[in-house]
Amino acid sequence: MTPVEFANKYDLEILSVGEGETREIRGIYCCDLLSLVMGRAKEDDAFFTVMANVNTIAVGVLADVACVVLCEGIRPDELTLQRAKEQDVTLLLSQKDSFRTALDLWKELQR
Amino acid sequence: MSMLNLTYEVDGDDFTRAGEASSAVKKRLRSLGISPEAIRKVAIALYEGEINMVIHANGGRIDVSVDPDKITMTLKDTGKGIADIEKAMQEGYSTAPDEVRNLGFGAGMGLPNMKKYSDHMEIDSTVGVGTTVYMEVYL
Ligand SMILES: Nc1ncnc2c1ncn2[C@@H]1O[C@H](COP(=O)(O)OP(=O)(O)OP(=O)(O)O)[C@@H](O)[C@H]1O
Ligand SMILES: [Mg+2]
Repeated sequence: MTPVEFANKYDLEILSVGEGETREIRGIYCCDLLSLVMGRAKEDDAFFTVMANVNTIAVGVLADVACVVLCEGIRPDELTLQRAKEQDVTLLLSQKDSFRTALDLWKELQR
Repeated sequence: MSMLNLTYEVDGDDFTRAGEASSAVKKRLRSLGISPEAIRKVAIALYEGEINMVIHANGGRIDVSVDPDKITMTLKDTGKGIADIEKAMQEGYSTAPDEVRNLGFGAGMGLPNMKKYSDHMEIDSTVGVGTTVYMEVYL
């Protein structure tokens, strides 16, 4: 499933589309401590967090995740949004918490 | 002579720009056709070093050189230095202040990540003088 397909099916807002129409999500990683994410998230994971700042985008780029999913409806500031667009990071916004949002994706990945 | 040498000055305390040098290096390596696995290792190791210079050392300088067999990264700062390198290398050890913890830093995983994702790493640090981190990723 691509990030855009996931967003459309579960009503997540697409803040920055990046490569979200073509890239396949292969796994899930949930964490808010950025160097844990850097060390443990895998390439092509969907990364779930409430940490909606510009450093989250840098981690998304450098760890090469398929998308960053901001949870609990926490919106990024303008700079963060702009950086996501510049760097082609797929950035989604969920109103639900990380667990429930990731669970929806998990079910899709089991199909 | 290396195929490519890149140098970046990293600002201290500017979290909004942290990661720019690492992102720029990643782009350059892509354009050289370096393997995605090697690029990812370099990107992660370099980002952790870059952000450490911003948080703990008030900025510094990054030099990256690309050779046919390896990528070499040297991160040099004139910050406060590391008193006990062995302790600093332990997972979970962090002296990050609260204001940067609120941004998601301070897990104490940066140096362990640098060790994990580089193929060779050396740290040279003197308290009150500064820190130089040297890392290699083999191609
Ligand atoms: N360039 C540096 N100058 C001075 N001290 C440093 C430097 N790099 C690391 N340190 C010290 O080593 C400790 C461990 O670094 P490490 O990167 O592993 O964790 P952190 O930066 O505190 O948190 P994290 O990287 O998980 O966000 C730091 O808290 C700091 O005390
Ligand atoms: Mg660190």
